[in-house]
Amino acid sequence: MWNFHKWFERHTLILLIGILVVVSIGGLVQITPLFFIESTIERVEGVRPYTPLELAGRQVYIREGCYTCHSQMIRPLRDEVERYGHYSLAAESMYDHPFQWGSKRTGPDLARVGGRYSDEWHRAHLLDPRSVVPESVMPPYAFLANADLNMSRMGDHLRVNRMLSVPYTDEQLANAVVDARAQANPLDDHAFDFTQRYPTALQRDFDGNPGRVTEMDALIAYLQMLGTGVDFETYQAEAPENRR
Amino acid sequence: MTAVAKPGSRIDAMAIGTIIAAGAFYAVWGAANATDRAFSIQMWTALVAFLAGALMLFFYIGQDRAEPPTRYENGVIKAGVVASMFWGIAGFLVGVVIAAQLAFPNIFYFEDFGWLNFGRLRPLHTNAVIFAFGGNVLIATSFYVVQRTCRARLAGGLWPWFVFWGFQLVIVLAGTGYLLGITQGREYAELPWYTDIWLTIVWVAYLLVFLGTIWKRQEKHIYVANWFYLAFIVTIAMLHIINNLAIPVSFSGWFSYSLFSGVQDALTQWWYGHNAVGFFLTAGFLGIMYYFIPKQADRPVYSYRLSIIHFWALIFLYIWAGPHHLHYTALPQWAQTLGATFSIMLWMPSWGGMINGLMTLSGAWDKLRTDPVLRMLVVSVAFYGMSTFEGPVMSIRAVNSLSHYTDWTIGHVHSGALGWVGFVSFGALYCLTPWLWKKKQVSHALVEWHFWLSTIGIVLYITSMWVAGIMQGLMWRAYNEFGFLEYSFVESVEAMHLYYIIRAGGGLLFLLGALIMAYNLWRTATSKEPALERPRDVPAAGAPVAAE
Repeated sequence: MWNFHKWFERHTLILLIGILVVVSIGGLVQITPLFFIESTIERVEGVRPYTPLELAGRQVYIREGCYTCHSQMIRPLRDEVERYGHYSLAAESMYDHPFQWGSKRTGPDLARVGGRYSDEWHRAHLLDPRSVVPESVMPPYAFLANADLNMSRMGDHLRVNRMLSVPYTDEQLANAVVDARAQANPLDDHAFDFTQRYPTALQRDFDGNPGRVTEMDALIAYLQMLGTGVDFETYQAEAPENRR
Repeated sequence: MTAVAKPGSRIDAMAIGTIIAAGAFYAVWGAANATDRAFSIQMWTALVAFLAGALMLFFYIGQDRAEPPTRYENGVIKAGVVASMFWGIAGFLVGVVIAAQLAFPNIFYFEDFGWLNFGRLRPLHTNAVIFAFGGNVLIATSFYVVQRTCRARLAGGLWPWFVFWGFQLVIVLAGTGYLLGITQGREYAELPWYTDIWLTIVWVAYLLVFLGTIWKRQEKHIYVANWFYLAFIVTIAMLHIINNLAIPVSFSGWFSYSLFSGVQDALTQWWYGHNAVGFFLTAGFLGIMYYFIPKQADRPVYSYRLSIIHFWALIFLYIWAGPHHLHYTALPQWAQTLGATFSIMLWMPSWGGMINGLMTLSGAWDKLRTDPVLRMLVVSVAFYGMSTFEGPVMSIRAVNSLSHYTDWTIGHVHSGALGWVGFVSFGALYCLTPWLWKKKQVSHALVEWHFWLSTIGIVLYITSMWVAGIMQGLMWRAYNEFGFLEYSFVESVEAMHLYYIIRAGGGLLFLLGALIMAYNLWRTATSKEPALERPRDVPAAGAPVAAE
């Protein structure tokens, strides 16, 4: 039997092919089904694509490496559900390219942070975390309040997401920049059009600086919508269609 | 090969020149059309690198003409030793800085320098130590080992140098990019799309150089270390390409959206992430173990059959283990269970490999007292055994419900990274420096200092993180007598303070050890005393090469 192994030791190509076959099996068995089975591709009412401003905020979240300390995945354990809210559903991150579930909680989970704190709290916290949470070890993000949001490619961002089957409409694509401004300013000329295009989105001056659309606006808009899509008053976790 | 071909027929130089020209052209176009400042800075950096590359190309062609080819290509390995040491210290230093940030947030954060925040430095640290330090060690040692065990000069003429410098460019683009906030937001796969493409080109060249050298071999059998190196190179290519599938928003901007989303993206990422551990940090470094321990102990590998089982079982089982990073998440439970099951099974080949490494010392155990370099190599294998036991334990659902999201994970990673990867790399570099520069042994007294400082550093690191992690996990799930959660989250943050200080101290000791090592290597390479023994340019003595 051991003699058989000389085929691998004497022929580079056989060794190479052997390795490729052996290392392919696990991934194929585990990953491929996820694209087909119901529980991982289900849709849940209330989950919607990000608005342009939220998407830009998500980009800030990724850029600053927030995922290195904050998770966005509540596990179905008693203490987590009581601390953070209903456990996370697969559908809630279906428009997340990439996912941001994270792997470490140096800070708390953020999957349902939306609506938990006021915009003012987030602003103060991001400017100087220890001003509101003295024990915090989080870095300060004051520079976000002074950085105008780069909106030059906003339409392209939505377009790429649509290529990846995020259901943006033509109208949403065409008005990406208009919508980003309108979401951060309820007095904007297009404020009403925005609410028509994104009926469930928040519309406020998130950074308390009505004159500008800053990265702070975008990040707070993103944080304030996290985990707010699905209405868990009416969501039936035990219903047959949700028990897949 | 091409190295001995006549001037004017240098296909390798022409091909590399074409790649450099194409890269430079893209960098100019990218810089001119950049959609944001960070991308523009990256393109200017790349342009400078490509111009330097063009100059070096002419330098190497001239050098090749002037000197007849040596038996083995050693220059690129020497460069790899220097680069490993440099990036190692850089990576450890950033690690100490971010550890200090978590311990003393009031001192080590700067409001005006957002690019020095933890979120940007942490990917810089992980990538610097894993890919810059570990990657350079792997490339250098694999180039050394494959030549000696095949009794053949590195294939491809100038291509090994392309691999070396191309990889350095990946590191520079990655590192400066993280500081600028350029990241894909995927752990250990933070490289943006264009750096991913460049790395793919470099990696394919690396694979071809390695395969080409094996093809030229004058030994009938491919030595076991090369199986591990080959599995590492091939599998990393597969993981890298699939996990980084993405569509850029613009070809002149850094941001891209990953092809997959949500659950599918999570599993693809952890399939990649765990096998970056399995193939980059394990299979590759096992290649080092299988060459340098027998060599330094002057004993044959303990068991040839065990090495066959070790190899195939390890690479087959590792690939399945990724889902243990996603216990209790929205990933279907059957996938989580599969991941945990295979993680536990993985314990066996891991310890089989450990036994094979340790038992290689049979009849030479006394050398542990007199040879601190060998001791470093052997202790690395012991740490390997420890963290490959801890890993399966943590992949059990019940344990994972406590350990996940806590600093226990960080401690586990570091017992493997500092103890196993770090020590086995240090051992290999201590061996390589006198062998390559043909000088006397490194100073054993300084190796002793390095060994003990680092070992104490690792012990401080992992014990403090065990306490911290388990405490966090228990605090998060503690209930008071009225059935309410006992602690707020921030109370668990506050409780970490002391342990974060101890951890930073442990990291500092480890860094100190590495600085002593750098001095030791530099002193050896520049010393006037030549080697007493003959250069070790023969295959490992008694290596299990024949099955008959």
